[in-house]
Amino acid sequence: MIVPRYTREIPQRMRLEAAECKDCNFISFPPRRICPECGTTEFTKIRLKPEGTILTYTIEHVAAEAFATEVPFAVGIIETNEGARLTAQIVDCTPDEIAIGKEVELATRRIQKEGHAGILQYGYKAILKR
Amino acid sequence: MREVYIIGLGMTRFGELWAQSLRDLFAEAALGAIKDSTMVHIDSVYIGAMSPGLFVGQEHIASLMSDYAGFNGVPATHIESACASGGLAFRQAYIEVASGLSDVVMAGGVEKMNDGADATYALASAADQEYEAFHGVTFPGLYAMMARAHMHHHGTTREQLAEVAVKNHLHGTKNPRAQFKMTVSIDQVINATPVAEPLGLLDCSPVTDGAAAVILATKEIAQKSGKPLVKVKASAHATDQIALHSRKDLSSLPAVGTAAQKAYKEANIKPEDLDLIEIHDCFTIAELIVMEELQVVKRGQSGPAVSAGFSRFDGQLPINISGGLKSKGHPVGATGVAQIIEIVEQLRNEAGERQIANARLGMAQNMGGSGGSCVIHILEGES
Repeated sequence: MIVPRYTREIPQRMRLEAAECKDCNFISFPPRRICPECGTTEFTKIRLKPEGTILTYTIEHVAAEAFATEVPFAVGIIETNEGARLTAQIVDCTPDEIAIGKEVELATRRIQKEGHAGILQYGYKAILKR
Repeated sequence: MREVYIIGLGMTRFGELWAQSLRDLFAEAALGAIKDSTMVHIDSVYIGAMSPGLFVGQEHIASLMSDYAGFNGVPATHIESACASGGLAFRQAYIEVASGLSDVVMAGGVEKMNDGADATYALASAADQEYEAFHGVTFPGLYAMMARAHMHHHGTTREQLAEVAVKNHLHGTKNPRAQFKMTVSIDQVINATPVAEPLGLLDCSPVTDGAAAVILATKEIAQKSGKPLVKVKASAHATDQIALHSRKDLSSLPAVGTAAQKAYKEANIKPEDLDLIEIHDCFTIAELIVMEELQVVKRGQSGPAVSAGFSRFDGQLPINISGGLKSKGHPVGATGVAQIIEIVEQLRNEAGERQIANARLGMAQNMGGSGGSCVIHILEGES
């Protein structure tokens, strides 16, 4: 990955920074310049609490080359307790433990690795609450 | 706005066409369309292609395709809207003729997906790279998540998903241009190699090489061509947020519903007036959700309808009589144009073994990504 892009994405990948619309309170993750709900351009920067619920999920068996050694792995759509949505891997569990409606925590984990000398790309992954 | 007619059709066989390059494929389809139309001159050409840059390392393809199709000097434009690129190229050609700017315009589509590229990576670039693909989710994975949501909210079953593939493969056996002309059983679909659960290999459209092209013209030119008259009765286009997770209802495809409502209004018809539909069945779940968005069945009722034979060739509303993307193949940029070709052949009564009796009104529904874009055309046979 290009270094400036990696740097740009750190606030979201590592700190879950989002934008809350000052008008309608809709939360955009990642932050946007224009609220998709009401069209206003004024936001408050917030940090999402690293907790949420699984809305849907899949078990990936055929991945792009960067993830080829990790299959099978689970990916889901998580709604945080504030109502923001994101896509993340669901880890530290077997596929049959995952279900729609289960609660998760978001933890910082390695997402991708670029060979032996490239950037280690960290970001959020979901872990089932036990 | 002027009335616009389709006067020429050309397409390659779909498949793993190792002997043909990107330019060979397009030239074959373009020449076919020119020959079918009997035109000697076109005013411009629009070419749909999702990602020749990632698939074969080639950009600036509008000029390249135009050059090798024998249109040197003619205005040529590359249109990209992921898997809806072909449908959108058709719409741009339609707009150019309807507006009065040109009288004869070609709309084509092409993709060369089997030249060694990481197709899973290339296709995932139609998703949100930074917030979906970064986490390892694939295209089958996005539709698998829609399938899981649809099963959860509407009680859709694994068997009902499989029925879509069974039907489309049955239809594809009668299409000489189809990539996979074999039937499959429900058991084979359910027990196929898993790709992104609950979807398996036989829920997924294949990776395909191919091209398709059509020629659009004014009514006056269409009448002179001597071809059965097929008119573009509606052309509609809509977009949605690109990331699936942004969608309020994960078992829906709102861009399809929006485009469909526009198309029905423009054509002044109701869903039940349609005689056949080509649906963008990139995955089995896509055909089910699209049926609901097109309002040919009620929300949540697509699974039972398919199981009951509603959309089979001998059912109430034949869907994907060509074999769909599933059996015919899915060279992404060419798909939207190939759908148009199937509808026109049906309306011309030239579909051979696949012919639907008394077909007069047909729809082609083409979409990009996980529903971030959708293009719908309604065509009418006038002869």
